[in-house]
Amino acid sequence: MTIDATDRRIIAATQGGLPLTPTPFAEVAGWLGLTEAEVIERMQAMQTSGVIRRIAIAPNHYALGLVANGMSVWDLEDARAQELGARVGALEFVSHCYLRPRRPGWPYNLFAMIHGHSRDEVEGLRSRISDLLGAACRGGDILYSTRILKKTGLRLTEGGQ
Amino acid sequence: MTLRRTPLAPDALDATDRAILNRMQDGLPLCPRPFAPLAEALGLDEETLVARIQAQREIGAITRFGPFYDAEAMGGAFCLCAMEVPADRFDAVVTLVNAHPEVAHNYERSHRLNMWFVLACEQPGQIIRTATRIERETGLPVLLLAKEHEFFIGFRVTA
Repeated sequence: MTIDATDRRIIAATQGGLPLTPTPFAEVAGWLGLTEAEVIERMQAMQTSGVIRRIAIAPNHYALGLVANGMSVWDLEDARAQELGARVGALEFVSHCYLRPRRPGWPYNLFAMIHGHSRDEVEGLRSRISDLLGAACRGGDILYSTRILKKTGLRLTEGGQ
Repeated sequence: MTLRRTPLAPDALDATDRAILNRMQDGLPLCPRPFAPLAEALGLDEETLVARIQAQREIGAITRFGPFYDAEAMGGAFCLCAMEVPADRFDAVVTLVNAHPEVAHNYERSHRLNMWFVLACEQPGQIIRTATRIERETGLPVLLLAKEHEFFIGFRVTA
């Protein structure tokens, strides 16, 4: 879909979150000089086209006890990557799952982020992925983050295109 | 607001809070009173539900409430990048890499490839230009690992 200037104003106003009131879209409309109906209609169109995935809360994994996470990576036979990747993505402890290109010195094409309550639990969950992949997997590794060096939101500027 | 990185006390959330946290991850309807159906299901009024979500945000149980935008569907370009940075140059390279506004996140990871960052640009061509600039400034290769396929995720945190 094409996002017009009004959509971009709605995105800029809401990408940090919606106001916590029983009528959040009316409040956003008030900020932008639009009607509530127009804000809802435009956000519905964006949801239909996939620009908005859902309106929801983002839980804080750490606060809820999921303090350990690791980026597991796998060298998966190309012919079975789609089928097996879909099964790994469906696991309840995997929060992100992607196919990426291999590079010189980097043989892994499947990335799956694993969350658990402890490093031991994450290692156990990693073995479950390994069992699921079976012989189609030629190797794997897991990378734990040791430090956040920078973290800014993926923000789109209002005027940008 | 800094992200809370430690678990909440076990009694910080009651059963109603946990039900709210579990249900609110699935998405609210886009309508004038989006909280009304969940409030009714939980036997609360909308003001009470909203106040509980507000309190959960204040104690750091949730990080935000609102639309989840697919940045790529909006026309942006993103790419995961990895670098092998010698330990004695690590801090200097962090400074060089982070100075680029296109670098959205950057993590140190336990691997030979010890620096992992995401480039976020308005236009696809800016990815390769930024990566090339970083290679020139640091004298180190940047591996570009753009996603080729994203699998559907049903991940939800159980509170």
